[in-house]
Amino acid sequence: MIQLVPRTGASGLWQVATPVLAVLATMLTGGLLFALLGHDPVAAIRTIFWDPLFGMAASYSRPQLLVKAAPLILIASGLAVGFRAGIWNIGAEGQYIIGGITGAGVALALHPLDAFWIFPAMVLAGLAGGWAWGMIPALLRNWFGASEILVSLMLVYVAQRVAAWMAFGPMKNPEGFGFPGSRNLQQYPSASNPELFANTGAHWGVFAALAAVVATWVLMSRHIRGFHIRAAGTAPRAARFAGVRPQVLVAFCLGLSGALAGAAGLFEVAGPAGQVTDKLGVGYGFTAIIVAFLGRLHPVGILLAGLLLALTYIGGELAQLTMQLPAASVQVFQGMLLFFLLGFDILTRFRIVRRVRA
Amino acid sequence: MDSATVFRADGVGKTYPGVRANDDVSFEIAKGEIHALLGENGAGKSTLVKMIYGLVRPDDGHMTLLDRPHEPSDPRAARAAGVAMVFQHFSLFDALTVAENIALGMENPPPRRELADRITKVSHEFGLPLNPARRVVTLSAGERQRVEIIRCLLQNPRLLIMDEPTSVLTPQEAELLFATLRKLAAQGTAILYISHKLEEIRAHCDRATILRHGRVVDSCNPRDHSANQLAAMMVGGEMRAVDRSGRNAGETLLDLRDLSLPAPTAEGVALKSVSLSLRAGEILGIGGVAGNGQEELLAALSGEMPSTPGTLSVEGADLSQAGPAARRRAGLLAAPEDRLGHAAVPDFSLTENTLLTAGDRKSLVRRGLIDHDAARDFAQAVIATFDVRTPGPGTAAKALSGGNLQKFVIGREVLQDPRVLVVNQPTWGVDAGAAAAVRQSLLDLARSGAGVIVISQDLDEILELSDRFCALNEGRLSDPVPTEGLTLERIGLMLGGAHGMEEARI
Repeated sequence: MIQLVPRTGASGLWQVATPVLAVLATMLTGGLLFALLGHDPVAAIRTIFWDPLFGMAASYSRPQLLVKAAPLILIASGLAVGFRAGIWNIGAEGQYIIGGITGAGVALALHPLDAFWIFPAMVLAGLAGGWAWGMIPALLRNWFGASEILVSLMLVYVAQRVAAWMAFGPMKNPEGFGFPGSRNLQQYPSASNPELFANTGAHWGVFAALAAVVATWVLMSRHIRGFHIRAAGTAPRAARFAGVRPQVLVAFCLGLSGALAGAAGLFEVAGPAGQVTDKLGVGYGFTAIIVAFLGRLHPVGILLAGLLLALTYIGGELAQLTMQLPAASVQVFQGMLLFFLLGFDILTRFRIVRRVRA
Repeated sequence: MDSATVFRADGVGKTYPGVRANDDVSFEIAKGEIHALLGENGAGKSTLVKMIYGLVRPDDGHMTLLDRPHEPSDPRAARAAGVAMVFQHFSLFDALTVAENIALGMENPPPRRELADRITKVSHEFGLPLNPARRVVTLSAGERQRVEIIRCLLQNPRLLIMDEPTSVLTPQEAELLFATLRKLAAQGTAILYISHKLEEIRAHCDRATILRHGRVVDSCNPRDHSANQLAAMMVGGEMRAVDRSGRNAGETLLDLRDLSLPAPTAEGVALKSVSLSLRAGEILGIGGVAGNGQEELLAALSGEMPSTPGTLSVEGADLSQAGPAARRRAGLLAAPEDRLGHAAVPDFSLTENTLLTAGDRKSLVRRGLIDHDAARDFAQAVIATFDVRTPGPGTAAKALSGGNLQKFVIGREVLQDPRVLVVNQPTWGVDAGAAAAVRQSLLDLARSGAGVIVISQDLDEILELSDRFCALNEGRLSDPVPTEGLTLERIGLMLGGAHGMEEARI
């Protein structure tokens, strides 16, 4: 008979091992899935995980890694802080969209003014837009006890409608021949977020993501606010006894994760995406939830997990192109990753013991 | 084996990973005997009774019940063999009636009406007044315990195990319980009685088996020994009497005036116009049965529940609206009852747990940044000063035994040199040696000029420590009386007497 026996403390080894196990299990099951679809499983896995970095088209796809990883890491860093406190912001996607809109709004309002302060002002506006969108669930929870999970998630769909309205209405490019979508910010130097070093994919968002990793690491391990957040997540009564006001914590965590998601949205709109369209949200806000958990809510883990999930985006596109794998395969992959991670997570808290019945 | 013996253990042993919980335990319980099982926390009492009740299997030795081998595979088998147990923590459904709760615990419950009649009959027979139609939610702790006892009695047990039954009772309720136990014993039921309360055991038990480190170290008639001698047998050394000398009441430190707070939760208790004043060098004892507002009073003092302006002041400064951090800066410190999850974060190390309350006063946090070295040094100081048994300050709080964590929690506050310290149940579930150390530290703190409030259900503790006594009953605080010359009977009346005493006299 096989039994699960609780561990006395969370196992440090398994903390690191479970994400690796989850990735391996995802590859195996994914391979099986591709085999059932009539593709060569080994080739498919190689196309997704190996070719983007070292394959024939790697010189094109490698820079994409940073382009895709930056928003994931930036958003996940903020989400992880809230998740540690047991405050569940599921609506980063919406905060990302609103941040992109408010940030781009500054540029569109100032066009064609040329000044060095425009881009910094856009970043601030992006932060503020995401923060404000995150504060809606925070205030509703603090005032009425509404679940921040539901409210933040619902606001994603509101944000998507706002993006569509902007793209077809107020922000529509007056010189765009009637096509939906705003002016292209890549053609507006004061407002654009260009590739800073050729063929690396590194734009300002990449540096912002790295800064967010360092800042959240300092917050969570060195600052008393981070200590209070961790205490509130595991022992809320003890945190209140220490002097933590739960309402302040809710506002802080939702505000912080919202602001970082908003900044990610701005960097995307001003850089790789270039314009506000109704397709502004591409799912980074949701994938970042997987990144946060795969990285064990730890800044360094999030850095690695962000790169890995960026790889699945690029590899998935590549596999779609070269092997005609279905487009949904990337989402299946990412979903399986979270599924296996949560499943294997039981090993960090329990040991498996084989018992002979007495 | 003579027929007067109901239960016998022969060389019973049980090993858990890393711990020999019971080793070569042998003892007998005679028919009609109230037999005490004495020992510090972790001495192996609960493992032993769990084996008798079929919750745990012994590794070696054997047990005999009524001349038959007793090897219960689960509690159901143990009950069928004639063993019943009343646990310290009740397992009752609040929303159901007394009769429904009892029916749920029976293998073959009789029809409702018949069951109600039997409950009434048994409750009258043994002097345990209880109305089978009442909902459990409306019952006091003592009445809830009666439900558990009657549930056991309906099985006609030959051996009744009671785990710390009086910890939730007022003295009058406890007397009522002992009267019942004596009636039961007179009918031939053997009773195994587990308690920390030595005076109670001396007054009511016929024999005592004393466990230390999992082994039987002594067996005696508790009436032939003083409480101090019994305690010495438990801990294996002389008990140090606490030293109350050298304290003089000084100026007023803490003043509560007409403090009222609504109940924080549906199960909580509202505080009703609580007033008290505490002077420097004084220990004020607040007694009462659990669930009469103790937690709420602590929260009102610690700052977790702010009150209306003008109701709470420390050294003249109005702190009614201040949060816990501001109150700590002003010198008002608190140690809640619930060690794991309230006074300490279970998953955090002892070093991290110092940051919960000592960040400001011990300069462990400067400009928001944590000084980990200073925190570790402070944790180390608490461990050394209060004899906390742990591998080191990096150990998680949940890995400590209850007594050791309690010493850490109290030590963390005492070493911050508070002006006023409020503790709730400072020695609950703590073994005798550690309890004495905790009490002495509170007395030393008062001698150094601080004011101390001890909220406790343990009346002996309150009488031992405090200069004045107040009773907390349904959120109301009585006027203080000097503890000098105060008797347990008088305290019991202050606590509101036994619930249901009136019915008992019928």
